Amino acid sequence: MKTLDFKRLRLSIIVFTVGFSLLPLLVLGIGVKQRFSSAYQDALRGNLRTLVESKRNAIDLFLNERLSQVTTLASALSYEESSDQATLERIFALMQSSTRYYIDIGVIGMDGYHMAYAGPYNLEGLNYKNEEWFSKVTSKGVYISDVFLGFRKVPHIIIAVLRREGNRSWIVRATIDSDIFESFVKRVQMGRKGDAFLLNDKLVLQTNPRFGGHAMEDMELPFRVEGRFQGVRVQELTVSHRSYLYGWTWLENKDWMLVIREDPEDELRPLFEAEYLVWLLLAGGVAVIIAGTVIVTNTMVRRLEKAEREKAELDANLTQSGKMAALGKMAAGVAHEINNPLAIIREQAGWIKDLLEEDEVKAVPQYKEIYDSVHRIEHHVERAKTVTHRMLGFARRMEPSLHEVDFNKLLGETVQFLKTEALLRNIEVRLNLGENLPPTKSDPTQLQQVFLNLIDNAIDAIGKNGQITLTTRFDADKNELAAVFVDTGCGIPPETLDKIFDPFFTTKKPGEGTGLGLAIAFGIIEKLGGRITVTSAVGKGTTFTVYVPAV
Amino acid sequence: MEQARILVVDDERDYNETIVKRLRRRGFEAETALSGPEALELLGRKSFDVALLDIMMPGMDGIEVLRELKKRTPEVEVILLTGHASVESGVLGMSIGANSYLLKPVDFDELLAAIGQAYERKRLSGGGA
Repeated sequence: MKTLDFKRLRLSIIVFTVGFSLLPLLVLGIGVKQRFSSAYQDALRGNLRTLVESKRNAIDLFLNERLSQVTTLASALSYEESSDQATLERIFALMQSSTRYYIDIGVIGMDGYHMAYAGPYNLEGLNYKNEEWFSKVTSKGVYISDVFLGFRKVPHIIIAVLRREGNRSWIVRATIDSDIFESFVKRVQMGRKGDAFLLNDKLVLQTNPRFGGHAMEDMELPFRVEGRFQGVRVQELTVSHRSYLYGWTWLENKDWMLVIREDPEDELRPLFEAEYLVWLLLAGGVAVIIAGTVIVTNTMVRRLEKAEREKAELDANLTQSGKMAALGKMAAGVAHEINNPLAIIREQAGWIKDLLEEDEVKAVPQYKEIYDSVHRIEHHVERAKTVTHRMLGFARRMEPSLHEVDFNKLLGETVQFLKTEALLRNIEVRLNLGENLPPTKSDPTQLQQVFLNLIDNAIDAIGKNGQITLTTRFDADKNELAAVFVDTGCGIPPETLDKIFDPFFTTKKPGEGTGLGLAIAFGIIEKLGGRITVTSAVGKGTTFTVYVPAV
Repeated sequence: MEQARILVVDDERDYNETIVKRLRRRGFEAETALSGPEALELLGRKSFDVALLDIMMPGMDGIEVLRELKKRTPEVEVILLTGHASVESGVLGMSIGANSYLLKPVDFDELLAAIGQAYERKRLSGGGA
C-alpha cells in the first residue's frame, strides 16, 4: 500500500515539475518563434517593396533614356537629314553599336508614309495615318505605346516623337523589342512560384508572366486596381488556397503597372530552418528537463520512502510503549479489583478453617471433604494472587536501581540457572561472549529476569534437541551493548510477531505461562533506556536482540 | 501477655467482618469500621493498640485517615493494607507513621505477625513514655 502511494507521488511530482518547467519553455519558444516570424515577414515585405521600387526605377530609367534618345535624335536632325535614308541608317548603326534595344527607326511624314527607315523589316508602302499611335503622337508630341503586334506581327513597343521645323512636321519613331521588358521582369521571377509582369492601365499583360497568361492578354489580379497611386503597395493575398506576397506600383513615365509576386514559402525557407532548429533545441531542452526531473524525483522519493519507513518503525516503537503504559495501568486496576475479592475469599476460607478446629465440626462425617475443599480454595487463591501480583509487578512504575553490571557475567550466571533444564532436553547452549565489554548501568535483577525470560522462551520454542547461541557484543559507535539470543526452535509466524510483546499474549497452554514474560522484559529494557528487537523464521528459529546503553 | 485491641478499617464489609471474627477467635479485641470517619469516631470513643487500614476507600482514603489518626491518637500503631501495589502510597504511608504495609490478599499468619510486631512496638514505646 505504501509503495503504491509513493508511485503515485512520484508520478504527480514528475508531471507537475515537467509541466511547470515546460510551460514557460513552450511559451518562450512559441513567443520567440512568433516574434521572429513576424519580424521576418516584415523584412520580407520590406524587401519586396524595395525590389518593386528598384525594378520600377530601372524600367522608368530605361524608358526615360530611350525617350530622351529618340527626342534628341528627332531634334538633332533637320528635315532633310531625317528624310535621308543613308543618314538614318548611319545613325541607327551608331545607336545600335552601343545598345541593341532598338529594332528599327523610322521617320514618318504627316501623310503617314515612311520618309526614311532603318531596320530589318520591309515596311515600304505602309501607311500609319490611321494607327492609334499616329494620332496620339500628333496630338501630344511624344508617345510611348503599349506592346502591340503592328504590321510586322512581332510584339514590340514604339517611342514616337513629333518634330516641327517651321511649318513642316514629321515623326521620328523608334521600335523597341518588348523582350527587353521580359528580361527586366524575368530576373525577379524567383523561386518556384514567384512571378513578375507588367500590365497596362486596362490590365492587359505587357510581358509574359510565368503563370496565368501571355503578353497582350487580359490578366486576372487578386487585388483591385483603382487608378494610379503613388509609391508601392504590398499585400499578402491568397490565390487558389496558397498565400502569396504581392507588390505592385505604377511606372512614372508610362501608364504601366509592375506587379511582383513572391511565394513566402520559398522566401521563408530560412525561417523554417530556424524554426526547425528551435524545435530541435526545444526538444533537447524538454528531454533534459524530463530526465532531470525523473532523476531528482526518484532520489527524493527514495529518501522520502526511507524516512517514512524509519518513521513507521519509530511509530511502531512509540505505539508499543504507549500500549505498554496503557496496559500497565489497566493491569494495575484489574489486579487491584481482583485482589479485594481474593482477599475476602481467602479470609472466608480462613474462617472456615478456623471453624473446622471446633470439636463439633470435626465430628461431622464430611469433615475431611470440607477440609480438603478449603485447602484447595486457599491454594487457588494463592495461584490467582501470583498472577495479580505479577500484573502489579508489571505495572509498577518504580525506577530501577542502577548498578554497573558486567553483561557477560550476568548472562553466564543466568545460563547456569537453566543449564539443567537445557541438558535434560538435549539443548546445547553456546556462549559467544564478546571480550572487553564495558559495563552497563542497569538493575541486575531486572536484567537477569529479562535474560531468564528470553532463554526460557528459547528452550520452550525448541522443545527438545536444538541449540541456543548467546552472543554479546559492543557497538562503540552507538555506545551500546547487545545480547543476541538465537534459538533453533519453531519460530514465530509473522502475523503474531508484532503481538509477542503484548501483555497476556501467550502461545503456551493455560496455566503454563502468564503471557507476561516478554511484556515484562520489554518494559524493563525500555526503562533501562534500551530496546528489544526480534526476527523470526517459522521452522528455523527466532533471534531476540537486547540492546542497552553502555556506561 | 495481654492481647492487642485492634480496629479493622475497610469498606469491604465481608472482608472486614471475617477478619474481625478470626481475630476475635484468636483472643484479640477487634472492632470494625467501614469508613474513615467511622474509624476516627470509634477511635475517639475507644482506645486501640493497632489499626488495620485499607488505603483504597471511597470518600476518605486510608492515607487521609492515617494522617488524622496520627494527629488525634498518635499512640495507635497502623498497618496499611491495599490491593494496589503502589509503592509510592506505601512509602508515603510509612513516612506518615504507619508501622507496616501489606499487600492484599495477605496471608493470615503474616498479618498476625505484623500485628504482633506492631503491638510490641506500641507497648515498648508506650512503656518508654
